[in-house]
Amino acid sequence: MSGTARTAVLRDAVGLGVAVGLYGVAFGAAADAAGLDPWQALVMSLLMFTGASQFALVGVLGAGGSGAAAIGSALLLGTRNTVYGVRLAPLLAPRGPLRRLGTAHWVIDETTALAVAAPDRGLARLAFLAGGASIYVVWNATTLVGALGAAALGETAQAALDAVVPAAFLALLWPRLRAGAEEPAVARRVALGGAAVALALTPFVPAGVQVVAAVVAVALAGRPRREAAA
Amino acid sequence: MSSGTLWTVVVVGSLGCYLLKLAGLSVPAAWVERPWVTRMVTFVPAALLAALVAVQALTSGRELVVDGRLAGLAVAAVALALRAPFVLVLVLAGATGALVHVIGG
Repeated sequence: MSGTARTAVLRDAVGLGVAVGLYGVAFGAAADAAGLDPWQALVMSLLMFTGASQFALVGVLGAGGSGAAAIGSALLLGTRNTVYGVRLAPLLAPRGPLRRLGTAHWVIDETTALAVAAPDRGLARLAFLAGGASIYVVWNATTLVGALGAAALGETAQAALDAVVPAAFLALLWPRLRAGAEEPAVARRVALGGAAVALALTPFVPAGVQVVAAVVAVALAGRPRREAAA
Repeated sequence: MSSGTLWTVVVVGSLGCYLLKLAGLSVPAAWVERPWVTRMVTFVPAALLAALVAVQALTSGRELVVDGRLAGLAVAAVALALRAPFVLVLVLAGATGALVHVIGG
């Protein structure tokens, strides 16, 4: 029984690792389009290792945004991982500061999903470690492939890549808007609001700032109200 | 942006994202598990990703520009609605962008 459960956990972990590889190629290509060299793209995947933040950072740089705006948008998306850490802490219970420092690096969407879905704590740890390892290896390898591949492209292929980047962001956004997501109607309003504010601000603010400003504007519009909270 | 500046952005952004992960494992759960925090965390990605879609597809510097990127995005949206896999969505969007570039010069 336990052997079967372990096999299932390992299969899921490796399967997710392979699946994120495709996004790794897309990230490497997007990083190249934003003006990062392949080594900068790879170091981001090695050190930042949280896909949505990495895409956001190169997305803002690609739009001509400042370093501060790029870092700001990466951190905004990175707050998700703080919440995941809170959920994972009692489950993984990393002992000692060194283990905690190591565990923290792999706290992302996929490893959280794997660990939380595991039937017990032992398997949750296995799922976290196996998933983290397989995703880490594939994500970094495919980032380099995407970055080196995109760097070798000609002019028409560059036009293709320019069209691929917004499509990749749309593909990341899509599951959050579809029926079955958490409150999809709210998410759709939030998404439309974010896009509209960003476009409206584009002529008036430095590139990249409109992205962060759009998020802040939408968050303020949806802030908790005292009447509603009661 | 110079290579040195890019490296700084990469390293500072990475360090910040790491500290956010570490904070989750280290702070008391009650600090983070408040309704407004979880709502922000649920919906901020939708606003941010949508803003990035719009900016990446429709702007160049401070100008709004309509070109092959928007055509590629439209094709990608149709493909996503039909539940096409990620790779196919990107390939179709890229092919559309390249086609518009070749036809439009």
